[in-house]
Amino acid sequence: MDLGRLAKDAALAAFVALILAIPLAGFDTNQPGASAGIATRWNWVAIAVAAVFVGRFVIGFLPRRRPGGRPPVVSLFLAKHQNILGWIGLGIAVVWPFLPFASQYLLDLATAVLIYIMLGWGLNVVVGLAGLLNLGYAAFYAVGAYTLALTASYWNFGFWEALPLAGLMSAIVGILLALPVLRLRGDYLAIVTLGFGEIIRIILINWQSFTYGPNGINGLPRPTFFGLPLAARAPGGGETFTQFLGIDYNQAQRYIYLYFVTLVLALLVNLFILRLRRLPVGRAWEALREDEIASRALGINPVSVKLSAFAVGALLAGFAGVFFATRQGFVSPESFNFQESATVLAIVVLGGMGSQLGIALAAIILVTLPEFGRDFAQFRMLLFGAAMVGIMIWRPRGLFSIRTPSIRLRDAKR
Amino acid sequence: MSALLQVEDLTMRFGGLLAIDRLSFAADEEKITAVIGPNGAGKTTVFNCLTGFYRPTSGSLALHREGRQLRLERMDGWRIARDAGIARTFQNIRLFAGMTVLENLVIAQHNKLMRASGWSIAGLLGMARYRSAETTALERAAAWLDRIGLVDRADHVAGTLPYGDQRRLEIARAMCTEPVLLCLDEPAAGLNPHESHELNRLLLSIRDRDRVAILLIEHDMNVVMGISDRVVVLDYGKKIADGTPNDIRVDPAVIKAYLGEPET
Repeated sequence: MDLGRLAKDAALAAFVALILAIPLAGFDTNQPGASAGIATRWNWVAIAVAAVFVGRFVIGFLPRRRPGGRPPVVSLFLAKHQNILGWIGLGIAVVWPFLPFASQYLLDLATAVLIYIMLGWGLNVVVGLAGLLNLGYAAFYAVGAYTLALTASYWNFGFWEALPLAGLMSAIVGILLALPVLRLRGDYLAIVTLGFGEIIRIILINWQSFTYGPNGINGLPRPTFFGLPLAARAPGGGETFTQFLGIDYNQAQRYIYLYFVTLVLALLVNLFILRLRRLPVGRAWEALREDEIASRALGINPVSVKLSAFAVGALLAGFAGVFFATRQGFVSPESFNFQESATVLAIVVLGGMGSQLGIALAAIILVTLPEFGRDFAQFRMLLFGAAMVGIMIWRPRGLFSIRTPSIRLRDAKR
Repeated sequence: MSALLQVEDLTMRFGGLLAIDRLSFAADEEKITAVIGPNGAGKTTVFNCLTGFYRPTSGSLALHREGRQLRLERMDGWRIARDAGIARTFQNIRLFAGMTVLENLVIAQHNKLMRASGWSIAGLLGMARYRSAETTALERAAAWLDRIGLVDRADHVAGTLPYGDQRRLEIARAMCTEPVLLCLDEPAAGLNPHESHELNRLLLSIRDRDRVAILLIEHDMNVVMGISDRVVVLDYGKKIADGTPNDIRVDPAVIKAYLGEPET
């Protein structure tokens, strides 16, 4: 690569950056204490243009990877040591609440990460394995969360009673959605699922008499320990968990308990999916993704395969929704907008479709990245976006782009 | 010897185009029947009607299996594969390219395994019934890998195999569904002489050892004339000849369709 061409290329990129930076960074309308006016920040523009110029120059020097070549070394390494990495991750997850720096905030964040990991794994069944693009996944998540909220507020259901019911309700909704869209694929399916996600959200907003509309529902139940609540005082005058053990109550215990309940369910979800992948139904999902026509020619019923994928994906979203609702203690329809579906889809794509560990990693990155950026205030989303672009450039097929076969020949010679 | 497949007055119309015009022929049990004809004669359309990808405009397709008669024109494509036992391959190979060779062969045994896994419940619980069914499926797959010479490649991704191997794998995959009739759409296309000779041996062994009837679309006359028991010739959607390879070779209508009218 000759320097002249590189410089020309970098100059062009810098020019584009200049055009973008003038309106985006060049003006500042937010002046506290002063009357409304516009200040200029040309130095910021200069920094942005210089950064793009230098960055473009440096990228030009990096070796270019040919498409279709060998998978990158990092991917091979990760794929080879997937089991060890998984166990290490699990080890960290188990000791996390007891680490010296673990605060209530970090614990709560870790619970959120686990919920997104569950969501990612659930959506992965639909998108990654069965290849059915779903842009309305938050709808199933909402059904799960609202099952807890509504059963709790109308019939005083607790967390554990609502959990299986939420999964069931969500799976039923999943099947109801899947029935009309069975014939659709790709872009068309994505549009219908997108619309479906909005329908659920708008129903939740407008059916005020039943769902309490945009105000949401608060005071949701928290998981109890075999009937013993984790609280300072048990509602209704019963015994609490700490009284039962004879130790002092501390608010952190509640967070730690919710964290572990979420962790255990996430692990069960993981085992469930790993198992399903090795069963005929899991292989049929992948076969359908690879080639629907060939699947039909082999006698696989595409209708039941698609329905099962949607149902399993929705079931897991329903579970995750219950955890989401109980973690916040509050649900409102605005928690389940398109942004939410897009985040979960980003986790699946970023993780490398079909890989459990990749999705867990992607969930950690996507949930914690905006938190890290809090110090940068207004540049938080810029940082987030830049990280996404970067990952998609260097890892276009996700963090883990290597698929593990569901069955090997040596299994036959056990 | 009874007819396994009986096609009567099959007609397929796409808008104004008459792709198949009142076609009747039969395929016998444990025989290789070839369907040949110039490009655009309607051969693949016959296959697509037969395997449920198209619904014929009129006519009947009857399959005789275990004393029962199944009317294929009324069945969904996947039911034809599962209940009638017709397996097919495609002109442009359709493997599950991202999955391994072995997985391709195991997926073909989906319905059997699905029943054994108790619609996944017994499978999730890891019950012995499912595990033994899985072992049987793997043995069948391994046996086919042996027959097509791909044992060493069992855990390779199917899409990375050489072209000829992909062709044979697709046939093995179709055979793993345990069909009574195997429909092959140009299996020798793109094969070199050595590979097409190997293909002949494979197809003959399927007829003689597995006792499965084969319906074959092919342009490679070495394959057609070498292994067919019966040849049906189509031109412009009509049957112009039907007989043994030797009859077909000298049939004036066939020569005319392929080479044109001799100048007088």
